[in-house]
Amino acid sequence: MGKESILEIKNIRKSFKDHEVLKNVSLNVDRGEVVSIIGPSGSGKSTILRCATLLERMDGGTLKYKGDIAASDESGTMVYADRNELKRIRRCFGLVFQSFNLFPHYTVLKNIVEPVVLSGQCDADEAKERAMGLLERLGLEEKAEAYPGKLSGGQKQRVSIARALAMKPEILFFDEPTSALDPELTGEVLKVIKSLAAEHMTMVIVTHEMKFAREVSDRVIFLENGEIHSQGTSEELFASDNERLNAFIGKLEQR
Amino acid sequence: MSFGVMLIDLAEGMVTSVEIFLLTLLFALPLGLAVAVGRMSKNRIVSAVIKFYIAIMRGTPLMLQLIVVYFSPYYIFGFDLTGFRFPAIIIAFSINYAAYFAEIYRSGIEAVPRSQNEAAEVLGYSRSQTFFRIIMPQVVKIILPSITNETITLVKDTSLAFVLAQAEMFTIAKQIAAKDASVGPLMVAGVFYFVFNFIVAFVMDRIEKKLDYY
Ligand SMILES: Nc1ncnc2c1ncn2[C@@H]1O[C@H](COP(=O)(O)OP(=O)(O)OP(=O)(O)O)[C@@H](O)[C@H]1O
Ligand SMILES: [Mg+2]
Repeated sequence: MGKESILEIKNIRKSFKDHEVLKNVSLNVDRGEVVSIIGPSGSGKSTILRCATLLERMDGGTLKYKGDIAASDESGTMVYADRNELKRIRRCFGLVFQSFNLFPHYTVLKNIVEPVVLSGQCDADEAKERAMGLLERLGLEEKAEAYPGKLSGGQKQRVSIARALAMKPEILFFDEPTSALDPELTGEVLKVIKSLAAEHMTMVIVTHEMKFAREVSDRVIFLENGEIHSQGTSEELFASDNERLNAFIGKLEQR
Repeated sequence: MSFGVMLIDLAEGMVTSVEIFLLTLLFALPLGLAVAVGRMSKNRIVSAVIKFYIAIMRGTPLMLQLIVVYFSPYYIFGFDLTGFRFPAIIIAFSINYAAYFAEIYRSGIEAVPRSQNEAAEVLGYSRSQTFFRIIMPQVVKIILPSITNETITLVKDTSLAFVLAQAEMFTIAKQIAAKDASVGPLMVAGVFYFVFNFIVAFVMDRIEKKLDYY
């Protein structure tokens, strides 16, 4: 079976005012691949994910999901697909935020069910079944009727992963999923992501957890100053003798 | 005038006061939301016009606004509103209170983190679904204490309708007081307003408790 491209990012550029945050970044992700993005604070990691998830408009480059163009500057100017096409393309991906962003006025169950129902994928009963299945898998079935405010950070993040998974995305983005958690709670979230990797869920993960990145990723990208400094399999990258990269990895592992 | 007759007269006036109160809320609450949305519009002209409207409504006395709404159609267009005293009062109260409510809505909407919009957007919510399902329920909870304050002020402000000689409670109390040369009717009216507000505060408190589910 040939490789099926899920995400194709080509030469994207993004500036905030005159601050160029992304300079010609390209990234391809095939089905089943797990890609980690590492790099210092301010290097543009979140901005890549925000451009890829259409939360931020890019200034140049091409963005494709499964070959369908979401945005492109091939005509010379930046053109985004029309509203309906973007709506369809949004179904391809899910995003897990650092700060969870659960809806506080909804129960855990409703947080997961409502987006599925509104998307028209299935009716309320089926969506509920799907949600309960996911909650069980993540060890949260007792929390179905709880409000997010009553959960620990680790539980919130697992719910937000369940919410993203319930939409059955083809690719799931994570933006530092454990950075807002107390150290003793990161494990439960990383375990969930690892289990998704074992099932060959396609994922792009921005993380500062080097050990985790090394274990879980097929490919690691080191981003610096809005450019891909180096990339490779986790063995290649972590064994690299590049000074800059080692300084970064070393610095984090000492923490 | 006997005490009993006075109470009945005042109670009748109170019905009108309650009507002004309820109709104002009915119109000003949704209108205020629309004004808030316009105030936050990316269209500079729309937001500037609305900002100006809010400034006028908040910067001039409601009593004056009542007079302007009632009499200006006649002076400007020769359009006599004599039969439309009550509607004029409701219009003046509604556009005035909508301006105050708009600023409350706006502060509430701005208090909901932008990330809530982003989470909804990624999950495929349309803009109106995001606004009504995700943002507004959180806004309502945030702004309820401020809305309660305005509502209590509104109860007392209904007495301003006396400038158009609308027969609401305060107007009637004043008339009886003048006729009987006594402040008694005004004191009784004060008690009526107090009870009215007591009920309003009670109801708002119940709503606040009800919204305290998360
Ligand atoms: N909305 C914005 N307006 C202006 N500047 C922004 C905006 N968002 C990000 N930036 C800037 O872009 C740069 C890259 O930000 P980004 O959030 O992508 O970094 P990051 O690699 O995710 O960093 P961190 O590890 O701290 O999360 C930073 O210098 C940041 O200040
Ligand atoms: Mg970031």
